[in-house]
Amino acid sequence: MGNTDNQGPLWEVFIQTKPGAPYKHAGAVHAYDKEMAIENARDTYTRRHEGTAMWVVKSEDIVAVQPEDADAFFDPSDDKIYRHPTFYEIPDGVKHI
Amino acid sequence: MKKDLYNFAIRMGDTSWILSHRLCELCSYGPFLEEDLAMTNIGLDHIGQSEEWLKYAAELSDENIDADFLAYRRKEKEYRNVQLVEFPNEDFAYVVVRQFFMDVYNYLLYSKLTNSKDTTFAAIAQKSLKEVRYHLRHSSNWMVRLGDGTSESHERLQNAVNDLWFYTGDLFVMPESEQNLAKDGIIPDLAGLESDWNKMVMEVFNEAGMQKPEYEVLASGSFDGQHTEYMGFMLCEFQYLPNMLQDAKW
Amino acid sequence: MDDKLKNEDPELLKEFQAKIDAEVKIEPKDYMPEAYRQHLIRQISQHAHSEVIGMQPEGNWITRCPSIRAKKILMAKIQDEGGHGLYLYSAAETLGVSRDQYLKWLHEGKAKYASVFNYSALNWADIGAIGWLVDGAAIVNQVSLQRTSYGPYSRAMVKICKEESFHQRQGYEIMVHMAQGTPEQKEMAQDALNRWWYPSLMMFGPHDGDSPRSSLAMQWKIKRETNDELRQKFIDKTVPQAEFLGLTVPDENCKFNEATGHYDWTDINWDEFWASIKGYGPNNKRRMKHHQKVHAEGAWVREASIAYGKKKEKKEVA
Repeated sequence: MGNTDNQGPLWEVFIQTKPGAPYKHAGAVHAYDKEMAIENARDTYTRRHEGTAMWVVKSEDIVAVQPEDADAFFDPSDDKIYRHPTFYEIPDGVKHI
Repeated sequence: MKKDLYNFAIRMGDTSWILSHRLCELCSYGPFLEEDLAMTNIGLDHIGQSEEWLKYAAELSDENIDADFLAYRRKEKEYRNVQLVEFPNEDFAYVVVRQFFMDVYNYLLYSKLTNSKDTTFAAIAQKSLKEVRYHLRHSSNWMVRLGDGTSESHERLQNAVNDLWFYTGDLFVMPESEQNLAKDGIIPDLAGLESDWNKMVMEVFNEAGMQKPEYEVLASGSFDGQHTEYMGFMLCEFQYLPNMLQDAKW
Repeated sequence: MDDKLKNEDPELLKEFQAKIDAEVKIEPKDYMPEAYRQHLIRQISQHAHSEVIGMQPEGNWITRCPSIRAKKILMAKIQDEGGHGLYLYSAAETLGVSRDQYLKWLHEGKAKYASVFNYSALNWADIGAIGWLVDGAAIVNQVSLQRTSYGPYSRAMVKICKEESFHQRQGYEIMVHMAQGTPEQKEMAQDALNRWWYPSLMMFGPHDGDSPRSSLAMQWKIKRETNDELRQKFIDKTVPQAEFLGLTVPDENCKFNEATGHYDWTDINWDEFWASIKGYGPNNKRRMKHHQKVHAEGAWVREASIAYGKKKEKKEVA
């Protein structure tokens, strides 16, 4: 086989701590198929009732912004302060806005 | 009646206790790290189930004893686990098949026990059933994975099936005390579980490409306190400290 | 400038150090000097291997736990060690080296693990002493490492510290039962303390002056406190815990020094330390053989899993 040392692909684990909460990255596990991935994630990352729901996704399927592109991606939003409510002046006395 | 309840609680408690012992032997022996953790989780569930049953058995007993006494201080003949769980961890295939046979059995048994007229039985079953459903999923997946993996894994799995099949007869035996409990609606008719057990096992066998062994399964006598040759060695090991220091508290 | 840094771009290096100084965590795809990456590869994998090999001395007692409660606790604890190994392997893998490779280096003797796990667990009180002292020492180190500069390592440490807090307590609880138990039990407790005290002190590594890699690791905030600082911290908090048990640490010079505010102690037998590092501890060969054997015996399971995984993927695509 020649593959005897292979630990299987890496999967990233995301856990929701309670209903309604966002899914948070918990870590990674190795597993050889989807079914095993979700079981391994459960046995590794939810041993202390950490979650109510869980996702796993193959690490290689994640698309990430490269650090060298980070400024091009994220800095342009720095000066768009008009996207924030505090940018606007509302006359005193106006309520519920 | 109380004696009958005690006997059944002991049967359940001992079976989980001995199975959990086999599983604890696997700590640091997993084929890879993730599966090491998985097997420990299953082992911990079985210790927990065993403790519940043995606690209740201790309450039902006329003597002043506790679950630890029952787990650690009895003689071989007094343990009433099914022999299947004594079978050693020959290789990972044996671990998977032993677990799978027990998981199907526990799933069917606990499902029925949730309706027991004995409220403690029903409560233990309720709690255990969730754990057992996960165990069954885990072991069924491994059955298929190994059965449909490589020719080596297929062969190893079939060997384990052939060897362990021998011990499955005991699962459906009902000694007199259990027949009494069944009549009173406290436990299901165990013999009646057999056809469902066979059906569920065959479904997974089919998916895994496993052949059902051809030999007729006979009961091997778990309930007269008969054990396999393996049992004494296990007792030597887990009774080691309580035997060495009789008065010590741990 | 350090020789290891001569191939680095000085501009990038300056930015890197500025980030470190400003306590900004370094993430996997960020620029990092090769020496920083190499240091982390070595340190995190050594840490991961230690957790996994550390399952063995405690595993030696798992089939002989004397009560249902003790058995549950020990199983959960050994499982945690495996889990922590797993978190750390994952962190180490972000450095571009696979777990396969880390295991190969371990089996080839190129990677190390904490020598303390080469000592023998000889009686039940050893399980107490390992939790109390070995995990106690590890926690002192790991609490400090939560602030390490490499993001994935730091996050793994935070999770590990949270989970480990029960390890030391369960160990101490066993020591309390043993120390307050029958005379034989108390004797076992003292015996365990005698054998595990110095190995625990050794866990912090050589004296600062003899630790060749320490200075860069401190400058880059991989390490946050020195070996000697951490060791003294451990001694100061542990000796009173031994006194509470009515046990004595195996060092007649170990006394509180009013002037320094710390406990004095007799230095470690460094010959023993270096012998163990070089592979001549009591169980070095045995621990490694166990790991290699289990890995080899699991090969057919991994092969089957790979084959099945491929078949399944094909089916899903079709």
